[in-house]
Amino acid sequence: MTPGAALRPYLSVFSGRFQLMLQYRAAAVAGFITQCWFGVIRILIFAAFYAGGAAHAPMSLANAVTYTWLGQAFLAFLPWNPDPDVADMVRTGAVAYERLRPVDTYAWWYARALGWSLARVAPRAVLMVAFASVLLPLVGLGKWGLPPPSSPVAAGFFALSVVGMVLLSAAITLMINTVVVATMTDKGAGALAAAVVNMLSGLVLPLAFFPDWLRPWLRAQPIAGLIDIPFSIYFGGLSGWSAAGAIALQFGWVVILVLAGRAWLGRSMRRLQVQGG
Amino acid sequence: MNGLSLYGRYVAASIRAQMAYPAGLAIQSAASFAITIIEFVGVWALFHRFGQIAGWRLGEVALFYGLASVTFAISDAVTRGFDVFGTTFVKTGGFDRLLLRPRSPALQLAGYELRLTRIGRLSQGAIVFAIGAAMSHFVLTPPAAAILLFAIAGGVALFAGLFILQATLAFWTVESLEAVNILTYGGEAAAEYPLNVYARWFRDLLIWGVPIGCVTYLPMLAAMGRADPLGAPGWLTPLAPLAGFAFLGVSLFIWGFGVRRYASAGG
Amino acid sequence: MPQILVEELSKTYRIAERDPGALGAVKGLFHRRWRTVEALNGVSFQMEQGELVGLIGPNGAGKSTTIKILSGILEPTSGRCEVDGLTPWRQRIRHVARIGVVFGQRTQLWWDLPVIEGFDLLRDIYRVPPDRYAATRDELTALLKLDKLLNQPVRQLSLGQRMRCEIAAALLHEPQLIFLDEPTIGLDAPSKLAVREFVGRLNRERGVTVILTTHDMHDIEALAERVIVIGGGKILADGSFAALRAGVLAERRLFVDFAEAAPAIDLPEVRVVARDGRQIELAFDPRRITAPALIARIVAAHPVDDIHVEEPLIEEVIARFYDLHGAGES
Repeated sequence: MTPGAALRPYLSVFSGRFQLMLQYRAAAVAGFITQCWFGVIRILIFAAFYAGGAAHAPMSLANAVTYTWLGQAFLAFLPWNPDPDVADMVRTGAVAYERLRPVDTYAWWYARALGWSLARVAPRAVLMVAFASVLLPLVGLGKWGLPPPSSPVAAGFFALSVVGMVLLSAAITLMINTVVVATMTDKGAGALAAAVVNMLSGLVLPLAFFPDWLRPWLRAQPIAGLIDIPFSIYFGGLSGWSAAGAIALQFGWVVILVLAGRAWLGRSMRRLQVQGG
Repeated sequence: MNGLSLYGRYVAASIRAQMAYPAGLAIQSAASFAITIIEFVGVWALFHRFGQIAGWRLGEVALFYGLASVTFAISDAVTRGFDVFGTTFVKTGGFDRLLLRPRSPALQLAGYELRLTRIGRLSQGAIVFAIGAAMSHFVLTPPAAAILLFAIAGGVALFAGLFILQATLAFWTVESLEAVNILTYGGEAAAEYPLNVYARWFRDLLIWGVPIGCVTYLPMLAAMGRADPLGAPGWLTPLAPLAGFAFLGVSLFIWGFGVRRYASAGG
Repeated sequence: MPQILVEELSKTYRIAERDPGALGAVKGLFHRRWRTVEALNGVSFQMEQGELVGLIGPNGAGKSTTIKILSGILEPTSGRCEVDGLTPWRQRIRHVARIGVVFGQRTQLWWDLPVIEGFDLLRDIYRVPPDRYAATRDELTALLKLDKLLNQPVRQLSLGQRMRCEIAAALLHEPQLIFLDEPTIGLDAPSKLAVREFVGRLNRERGVTVILTTHDMHDIEALAERVIVIGGGKILADGSFAALRAGVLAERRLFVDFAEAAPAIDLPEVRVVARDGRQIELAFDPRRITAPALIARIVAAHPVDDIHVEEPLIEEVIARFYDLHGAGES
């Protein structure tokens, strides 16, 4: 089988899901408005903290602002929930029937997760960038807006890191899917995942703000690649060799999580095959 | 059976239904607790770095934070019917069935479900408040307790009013309008810090626009015995939660308007 | 070389049991009680390419377990099963790429997508060459009259329309073996006839092997020359429907309309079931007296306006069969 033919099912489910999610325009706009608001609140809090004295700050206020806007723009990449199709399947007891499709189940779900997340991020990211990079400077609030990447090299590294972010997000979504399948309930896993992901990715607070003795651990763990690493690269907090290293770490975790996820899903599916789903 | 006891019946039935799945309930409550306490860990880390914000230390901020969390958790728990109003009642025509019953639809929606999982956020708020009280040497005297209870009541009324308004919009837009989340969830997030940390325009919005400051910031100041750094008069601060009740009244009025329009338009 | 080979297939489930309520949930965390259920117990049969076989049996008898094993999504506890030389659950992807499955109560299409987009997605999943896909799709659209349905989302279709689309969807990749599980459930009469007719032609003209699971005995009667009855995890019968009927309820009914008041009929091979004015209903065993012989005797003895012969209802036959084998619903 040629590589093109082998990939056909996966490309197809990716684009199908992508196009489907793009239809939810109203939700994208509502999401954008909500995220703008939360972005404003976070920035005002930062500003108030910094006003009291920035001696111990690990980054400038402007960078914290940049980080915040980027976080709101890419929020939909955060893997909080299992794929709704999988949750549905588990609820109706139909997971086993997914095996009637002549495809590798992990790859199939992975392609679908990619389509799902990209389609939700794309419109929100565009709107957010338009708001924070274009509109705010236009009304004279440029210093509260989103500046471009700190250098062309940073931009290139950032693009690469975003690819890592996307792949990592899908891999973690697959992990959550597997938990849902393994426990045969859609109510447990996703809920706890959100808390862990929010904290360790740097959404709640850029990892640099956490106490210094925690920094090496926080930077090394896989979920940092979802937010902290790409955004730090964007404003130059990580540059040159440290940026390259961080990206390598990101992709390294992607590989580990994909392999582990495949093995785990395979085992859960096999158990279903024996138990009868 | 009068409205209050009917409401009690609804609530009891809802609790029994949720207790049938104890494992799911436990996990979701734990998850709700985890998500909200993680946010506070972020606050702690910021204070660890910066020491203070607009003159407030961590313990004091924790008091405001806990109050906002507890208030919102209670309100969120009792307004599920309005939360799902658009999708479950308007879109499907299920609202007709409510109108066919000889009871106020608002009461029926209020009794739709009492979300027990919100106990996660509630306990997080209580714990954060307790930590704050310990750290800032806050003493819960009877007058302070009375003010806080009044504040929570007013806060629940205010947030309930917001949820009801969000549901009312569904009469026109069919789906619930997610953007109103900036007032409900966004309002709670803003109320976690004392309002004087924010820029002026933001503060004004939260006191005169949607009076969230009146049910959290001002009463908390009164309970702490502090004067408002922004100069609100001392007699006003403990009475401020009345704004929450007033807001609820206005919301219910607009809701009634929406119901009449629905009934006359044939749904 | 048979297409399907099943030998001593057995499947035992272990089901965890738990007391209801909150206390039971807590107890369940510490001490699990297991109950074993024997869904299949030594089932064996073979099928050749091109057969149309009806698989029937009471609920919980092992029918769906058998289908799940044959389709590859369930692994048996013991026994051998091969389809076209492949072991379904071991060589899953290769196996499922060659079969088609229609579940009456579950759709494989995408609920929110228009039918045609679902078809296109299936084309890519099964890697059907585009030109063959176009030809097959057009042919199925014409045969099943889908042209007005193609652009509608699946959730907007009626049950009958959806079933026609499901069948087309299962055949887009031209499988040589299809499983139909309750394909006519909930359909109105014209739709049922349409589905039966289509399936019959598919089997006769293309030689596609069909395994049909259904509770609708008219489906079976219309389509299946061979019937396998599964009850209590075992095969109770495997042969033609006529043989099944003869073995269970050989009796037939004769309805006679006499020209005058119905006379007494006193023949040893015959039992009077009902008498109503001028009509009489007789039960007879065709092995002891043939229908023509009986009719001749009655007509010779009495003036008769009309006569017709009926089989007992198929449902009666099947119900009696289940009864005889103690295989009622479990």
